[in-house]
Amino acid sequence: MTLRQNTGPAATAILGLGSTQPDRVVTNDELSEIMDTNDKWIRDRVGIVERRFAADEQTVADMAVVAGSKALADAGMSPTDVDTVIVANCTSKAPIPNAAAQVADRIGVKAAAAFDLNAACAGFCYSLATASDMIRSGSSKGVLVIGSEKLTDVVDPVDRSTAIIFADAAGAAVVGPSDDAKIGPVTWGSAGDQVDMIYMREGKYIFQEGQSVFRWATTKIAPVAMKALELAGIEPSDVDVLVPHQANLRIVEAIAKRLRAKGAREDMIVADDIVHSGNTSSASIPMALDHMRSAGTVHSGQVALIVGFGAGLSYAGQVVILP
Amino acid sequence: MAENKLSNEEVLEGLAKIVEEVAGVSADEVTAEKSFVDDLDIDSLSMVEIAVQAEDQFGVKIPDDELANLKTVGDAVNYVSSNAA
Repeated sequence: MTLRQNTGPAATAILGLGSTQPDRVVTNDELSEIMDTNDKWIRDRVGIVERRFAADEQTVADMAVVAGSKALADAGMSPTDVDTVIVANCTSKAPIPNAAAQVADRIGVKAAAAFDLNAACAGFCYSLATASDMIRSGSSKGVLVIGSEKLTDVVDPVDRSTAIIFADAAGAAVVGPSDDAKIGPVTWGSAGDQVDMIYMREGKYIFQEGQSVFRWATTKIAPVAMKALELAGIEPSDVDVLVPHQANLRIVEAIAKRLRAKGAREDMIVADDIVHSGNTSSASIPMALDHMRSAGTVHSGQVALIVGFGAGLSYAGQVVILP
Repeated sequence: MAENKLSNEEVLEGLAKIVEEVAGVSADEVTAEKSFVDDLDIDSLSMVEIAVQAEDQFGVKIPDDELANLKTVGDAVNYVSSNAA
């Protein structure tokens, strides 16, 4: 017996972007008062000037609702134009219930297919690929993809190796059918044999082997980005905007340097949203895109190369044409 | 093959260029007795970048736990010289 299977539209695109950050700005000087660090050390090591911390009562779902609603508005769509909500995150307080179903309901996406996706800091790129493939396979008519993280819940507030880096935010993208293909094929994978490089120490606080993570990210992620270009059928010189996960400005710069050595343009715009936002895990890429577009740094129609990487170890990248 | 082994002088010269490129320290400053951290003001992340480039250039593996033991330029030169393929 043979069953019927779905097929969907051939091409997809990001139709809208949105993001949100908590109100509270935390400077390097403020952190220096509660741990042994200082502004220069933080800027030199990770490139961060300030970040945002959520209020105690503010949740992953709360931020996801705001970012998701903004992305729908940006796309000129109503909640009923999508039927699926994916919330990429690794910091929800409890695994039950998931964040996505509540977020869908609060935004107004009725009876949504809703699930959380945990690929740590690669979560947005994993979710974007999943969303695009759901539409192309006919499983979904439109997907709201949200990366939302409250990392301050899983960071030791006085551990200077992590508390200076991580922050809270949400970023979102609406994915739907398109006349032209504007989301390239994903290249994704994991290195579970190196899981000890980033994990929750005693199940409570994030720990990472700084040097090992830095080495992995600065040597293994540029080839992932190159593969994404190859799969999309474009050249490094075609890339207008590079948006690596905003893990550490020095990692971002190292990836850009490697891509330029492979032919990326000197005038390629490189996201540095981490400077004023910190590392917000799965929120960092959509938020960087949204901030850059709002600031006029990038514009609709430009070719963006996005690549996420983090705990797992997990990584994923693709090329997108900006909405 | 002994005749193909790099001399300490050759390793030092190559390493000094890498340090200059990564950390912006003049290659002339990179001498055997200098401490990477205390004398050349090179931080742990720059040490990783130097190690990665040294691995490529000299065909040697410098794992992170070994990297921690390379306090001076001379330590690094000796490590590379004795471990290079």
